[in-house]
Amino acid sequence: MIEGIFVEGLIYGIMVLGVFISFRILDFPDLTVDGSFPLGAAIMAQCILSGTSLSLALLLAFAGGVLAGVVTSLIHNHLKVPNLLAGILTMTMLYSVNIRVLGNRANVPLLNHDTVLTKVTELLSGIVPDDYILLVFFVLVAMAIKLLLDIFFRTDLGMTIGAMGNNEQMVISQGVNPMTLKSIGLGLSNGLVALSGAFAAQYLGFADVGLGQGIIISGLASVMIGEFLILKSNRIGVLTLCALLGSVCFYAVMYVGRYYGYVVNMTPNDLNLIKGVLIIILLVLTQGKKLKKSAVKTVVKND
Amino acid sequence: MIELKNISMIFGQGTVNENLAINGINLKVNEGDFITVIGSNGAGKSTLFNLIAGSITPTVGAISLNGADITRHPEYRRARFIGRIFQNPLLGTASNMSLEDNMMITRKKGFKWLKRSLNSRMREQFRGELVQLKMGLEERMKENLALFSGGQRQALTLLMMVLSRPELILLDEHTAALDPKNAQIVLELTDRFIREYGLTAMMITHNMHHAIEYGNRLLMMDKGEIIFEASGEEKRGLTVEKLIDKFHQIRHQSFENDRTLLADD
Ligand SMILES: Nc1ncnc2c1ncn2[C@@H]1O[C@H](COP(=O)(O)OP(=O)(O)O)[C@@H](O)[C@H]1O
Ligand SMILES: [Mg+2]
Repeated sequence: MIEGIFVEGLIYGIMVLGVFISFRILDFPDLTVDGSFPLGAAIMAQCILSGTSLSLALLLAFAGGVLAGVVTSLIHNHLKVPNLLAGILTMTMLYSVNIRVLGNRANVPLLNHDTVLTKVTELLSGIVPDDYILLVFFVLVAMAIKLLLDIFFRTDLGMTIGAMGNNEQMVISQGVNPMTLKSIGLGLSNGLVALSGAFAAQYLGFADVGLGQGIIISGLASVMIGEFLILKSNRIGVLTLCALLGSVCFYAVMYVGRYYGYVVNMTPNDLNLIKGVLIIILLVLTQGKKLKKSAVKTVVKND
Repeated sequence: MIELKNISMIFGQGTVNENLAINGINLKVNEGDFITVIGSNGAGKSTLFNLIAGSITPTVGAISLNGADITRHPEYRRARFIGRIFQNPLLGTASNMSLEDNMMITRKKGFKWLKRSLNSRMREQFRGELVQLKMGLEERMKENLALFSGGQRQALTLLMMVLSRPELILLDEHTAALDPKNAQIVLELTDRFIREYGLTAMMITHNMHHAIEYGNRLLMMDKGEIIFEASGEEKRGLTVEKLIDKFHQIRHQSFENDRTLLADD
């Protein structure tokens, strides 16, 4: 079971990469995540129940997330709604959508069904020790996604999206519509979140509308831990690695809290409090760095 | 080239804050013009540029570019033809990216696709272009722009804008945030590039000497109107004193901030 500590971190790490894209690269605090995560889980569950091919199911889950992200960006871009509110709107609507996708149920169990994970276990058993199959699989999946993102953000399009998060005016001055870039970025971000939800449902053995509750906080905490762990860098490969490592650390801590928290009289219900406190501590710790950064900016301005 | 017909801009129309920032301006910018724009704070200079660049839409009037109406075109579409530099040197470049990445993004206007065009040949080309700035930046192509000074960033913004060959460039006090030495360097670069590349330019400045020294046309703005314009022989004969006298004659009042106008920076 010890590998379980890391498996969760890797599955949710795909979601953390998505949160990293919206919060850090796009500079767009996107709360759609709380809805797109269970959306991915719901689509995957429904596909599994209806016997759709598993790879198509993953693709559909991803596509569902992309759509959710694009909806948020359209609300934000065309109705001039602040980004937080746009995300909350989509998230709220997704709650109903997710119940629909699950067939008017709030929870769908997936036990005794073939999933990507059972397939992989069949395939790899004998090659990899049984206890480590899922760990190996998710290391490969998470790294593959990370590498694809690294490549994407080194292309002309990816770099322009990165520039927009830093300086929207510059992108406008280049004759590029920032709304289009936001749609692409939020679509990609939520696609990854939904994909993460699809894997989580299979790992947990059920899909539930409540699966995404507070997921954005976990994602943000992971991103911040990752940034805290490693020296500041502007290399995309380092940043995505940080996000993944942050996720692994965060979920390892949560895992320990869940299974061994009783030692210090902690119940699973205390975890949300712990997450919040963790973020506040990280904010305080990084505040110093931020101040230095803004000082640099003022110097440049007065130069 | 660019023509403004009877343009007015009212901010907060119908509210207590209603403000007529631009009042019935007509202006024709010809190809090859280098127009300097002066006027006291709040005269509407930046608003005029915002209207031309498309970051705001006029309440009344029409704007055309080479005969085509662009009054309602969004800023990003006009940016393909209109280059712009702001007072804040941070607005032209992305701090979190290296110099070469910034140059890649600004190399060509328009949407960017999924290819990776930064290669060694392009780096060579960038090096050659950076040499023109004589700032040694060609040796720092991998460095983050956050490490560069305001003057260096503004010079870079200028170079990158010029290389994309815009039909019109708008410079809004683009040297005002720099120290005197860097301001002079950037201003001279500006003048050189405008000549070398045969650009059409408009430049807002709070320095009357600069307004007189550079360009072939001069506009003086006040309260949302162009109250005085000089070009050719008349412009060459201008002095700061004559300009201030002109203002007294037209407005029957003293220039709001004679002090800044006479400043020698
Ligand atoms: N976005 C805006 N909203 C409301 N009022 C504005 C806006 N931009 C400029 N103004 C007003 O328009 C007038 C002209 O401003 P501006 O063009 O910035 O002057 P200048 O650049 O000549 O100093 C000022 O009274 C200013 O307060
Ligand atoms: Mg101004």
